[in-house]
Amino acid sequence: MKEFRYTIKDAVGIHARPAGVLAKEAKKYESKITISRDGKTAEATKLMAVMGLAVKCGQEVCVQVSGADEEQACGAMKKFFEENL
Amino acid sequence: MKRYSGKTVYKGIQMGPVFVLKGKESQVKRVRIEDAQAEIERVEHAVRKAQEQLQRLYDKAVKEVGEASAAIFEVHQMMLEDEDYLEAIHNMIRTEMVNAEYAAAVTGDNFSEMFANMDDEYMKARAADIKDISTRLVNNLTGNEDTDFESKEPMIIVADDLTPSETVQMDKEKILAFVTVHGSANSHTAILARMMNIPALIGVPLDLDAIHTGMYAVVDGFQGEVIFEPDEETRADAKERIEQEQEKLRLLEELKGKENVTLDGRKIQIYANIGSVSDVAYVLENDAGGIGLFRSEFLYLGRDQFPTEEEQFQAYKQVAQMMAGKKVIIRTLDIGADKQVDYFNLGREDNPAMGYRAIRICLTQQDIFRTQLRALFRAAFYGNLSVMYPMIISVEEVKAIAAIVEQVKAELEQDGLPYRIPEQGIMIETPAAVLISDELAKLVDFFSIGTNDLTQYTLAIDRQNEKLDAFYNPHHKAILRMIQMVVENAHKAGKWVGICGELGADRELTEWFVRIGVDELSVAPSMVLKVRKAVREIRISDGSISG
Repeated sequence: MKEFRYTIKDAVGIHARPAGVLAKEAKKYESKITISRDGKTAEATKLMAVMGLAVKCGQEVCVQVSGADEEQACGAMKKFFEENL
Repeated sequence: MKRYSGKTVYKGIQMGPVFVLKGKESQVKRVRIEDAQAEIERVEHAVRKAQEQLQRLYDKAVKEVGEASAAIFEVHQMMLEDEDYLEAIHNMIRTEMVNAEYAAAVTGDNFSEMFANMDDEYMKARAADIKDISTRLVNNLTGNEDTDFESKEPMIIVADDLTPSETVQMDKEKILAFVTVHGSANSHTAILARMMNIPALIGVPLDLDAIHTGMYAVVDGFQGEVIFEPDEETRADAKERIEQEQEKLRLLEELKGKENVTLDGRKIQIYANIGSVSDVAYVLENDAGGIGLFRSEFLYLGRDQFPTEEEQFQAYKQVAQMMAGKKVIIRTLDIGADKQVDYFNLGREDNPAMGYRAIRICLTQQDIFRTQLRALFRAAFYGNLSVMYPMIISVEEVKAIAAIVEQVKAELEQDGLPYRIPEQGIMIETPAAVLISDELAKLVDFFSIGTNDLTQYTLAIDRQNEKLDAFYNPHHKAILRMIQMVVENAHKAGKWVGICGELGADRELTEWFVRIGVDELSVAPSMVLKVRKAVREIRISDGSISG
C-alpha cells in the first residue's frame, strides 16, 4: 500500500467538478483508492461519497492506494491533487 | 377566456401558445413490481437517456453562456455515474420490490438530504443538483421528459418562477413572453425580458395545474394582464396591437445610426442606464451614444464578501473596452439600508432613504471606497471611463473625495500600475446639492441629475407608497425649476450636465430639456430610440421656457 498527504488549496475545497474528474481518473486503475479526512473515508471512485467528506480549503486529506498498479495509481493521484485541488 | 393581472417588468404585447414550465417536483407513486431485473434495466435505460440529454444541454450551454456556466451539466453527468447512488436505487428495487420511479425519487431525496444537512454552504447547495438529476431520471422513466422547454414554434413561457439553469436551456428565439407566479422586478425573469425585449409579467396569481401547454394566451405588458383562451374579439384586437407595436419597432430600427438632433439643428446626447456587464450588449443593440449611468452595485450584491480590486478592475475594464471609446459613466457604490448586503453589516434603519448610504458609507468606511477607486482608475486606462459620486449634499464631501482621489493616485503611481484619473462628476439628487450647485460646479467635471431621489426628497413623497399617488406630480414646478437651476449653474462654470433619472425618458419633457440646454439624457436601453425619435420631431420655434 502507498499513501500520501495533501493540503487542499482550492478555495471551495473538494467541490463537485474536481470530485467528478477525480472519480473518472481513479476508475482507470485496478487499485483501490481511498481518501480520508478526520476518520471519515471515501472511495475515490465515488463522487458523492467524496463530496460527502466536505473537505474545505486548508484541510489535509490522506490518500491511500493499494493494489496491483498502486505505484502508477499513486503517482497519478498525487499529480491530480497538485494540479486540480 | 380567463384574465389575470400581474406586475409588468417589461412592456410589450404578444400572443401565442403557452408552454407551462412545471416545478420539477412530480408526483411519484409507489407500485409493487414482480420482476426486479426488468425494473433495473428500466433504470439503466433512463440513466443512459439522461446522460445524452445532459450532454446536449452541456454543448448548448457552452455555445451560449460559456464553459464555466456549462460545467454544471457536466457535474450532473458525473453524479449520474456515481456508484453509490445507482447501487442504492438498484438495491431498493431488489429488496423492496418497488418500481424504478419510486426507487429513484426516494434515493434522490435521501442523497439530497445528506447534502442539505452538511455544514458547508457549497455542499448544501448541491442538494438541489441531486434533486435535479433524480427528477430527470423519474421523468425519463415516466416518459414525462419534456419538462425542458423545447419547441418548434415560439411560445409564451408560464412558470412558477424561472431559475438561471432553466433559462439557459431555453432557445431564446422561441420565447414570446414570460409569465410567472413569483419573482421580483430584479429577478432573473425580469432581467432576461429586458435583455430580450419581450413582455414579461410577474406576480400573476395563477393555478399552474389549471394551465396547460398548448393553451392559447395573450400577454399584454401595457395593461399588465394575461388572457388565457382569448375569444375571437380579444384575439383580433391583440393581433392589431401587436402589428402596431412591430411597426413602431421597425420605425425605431430605422433611427439607428442617426443623430439626436432637432429639426432646427439642436443636439443632445442620449446615453443608457445599466446595472450589469451583460447589459452592455443591450446598450449597443439600441445604439446608445454611451453609458450615462452604470450602477456598480451589481459587483457587491448577491455575494458574501467584498469584491476584490482585481474583480472590479476586470469588470470595469471589460465594459470600457466593449464600449470602444464611447463614454461610460460609472457611479460609485450606492448601497444603503434599502439595498441590504449582509457583509456590509449596515443594520436596520427607520428611514433608509435618508440614512447611511452611498457616499456616506464610502467616506466613513474608506477602505471600501479606495478599493473601488483603484479599480476604476486602473480601468480608465483602457477606455473612456468617467466616475460619478452619488448622494452629495456638500462642498466638504466633494473636497473629501478629492483628497482620497489624490491619495489613491499616489498609491497607484507608487505601485507602478497603469492608470488614468478620469473625468469626475457628481449626482445632483438632493435639494441641498441643487441650491449650492453654483459652488459644486467649480469642483467637478460634470453633473448628472438623479430625478428619482431628487423628486422624492423635494416633494417629501415616498414613491413606494401607493396612497401618495394622488399627491405625486413628476412635473411639479419645484422639480422643473431645480433642474433649470442646475443646468444654468453647470453651464456658467463651463461644465456639462445630464439627467439620469426616470424623468430623462419622459417624452413630454424632451423638448423642454433640449430648450434649457441639458447636454445629455440617460435612459433605459429600450428607451434610447424612442427618445431619439422625440428629439428628431422637435422644432424649437420660440425661446420661452415653460415650467
